Amino acid sequence: MAITVKLLETPFNPGQFVGPFTNAHPGLGGVCTFVGEVRGEEDVEALELLHYERMTLPGIEALAQQAAERFDLMGLLVVHRTGVMRPGEPIVLVSACAKHRRGAIDAVDFCMDHLKSDSWFWKRELRGGQWSWIEPRAEDHSDLARWGD
Amino acid sequence: MAVTVVFLGKLADFAGEGERELPAPLDWQGLLGALGPDLAATASGERTKVAVNGAVLADKSALAAGDGDEVALLPPVSGG
Repeated sequence: MAITVKLLETPFNPGQFVGPFTNAHPGLGGVCTFVGEVRGEEDVEALELLHYERMTLPGIEALAQQAAERFDLMGLLVVHRTGVMRPGEPIVLVSACAKHRRGAIDAVDFCMDHLKSDSWFWKRELRGGQWSWIEPRAEDHSDLARWGD
Repeated sequence: MAVTVVFLGKLADFAGEGERELPAPLDWQGLLGALGPDLAATASGERTKVAVNGAVLADKSALAAGDGDEVALLPPVSGG
């Protein structure tokens, strides 16, 4: 079981990570990958994701460990951006491989819900030259509640 | 002899800085007193969590930070 978690301050190409990750797990039955990008909305010029070095990475590593055990994964890859991003840039990549598809798909869903609303990130948007903080959404918490943990 | 207080997310905007040094030892009342009324009100809010050296306190009013400790004020997260 191999878990890789990375926080990156500069743009990344998800394909560069997914290819080697998949190749590193011969014998897998399924690999599921999700890539989240900065949505292109009319007046959003940029998005900034702030984190707390001391807690953010350890928190995601613990989440990845939990997902790997819960869904009986062969491997799990989580790559998350921090810093300033422009529309169209990838923010997050989660890729899971397992013997069977269900584990891989559910693990990615589980990780994304927890990254959205239970990880140490704070987001703000630049619109019309003004930065404003994004408050958590109610849906994020109901998504999280599905997992009962 | 100091405690480092770290302000995360929008609390850094409210504080006007990312971190601040306060004299040790530091308890919850001492921290609120040093923050000033506006920041103290936000820090006291149910949605703001407090961590010492990376571990979230179950009860922030039990804060007891000593020299070299790092206290983080964590507003609600909004990630991904």
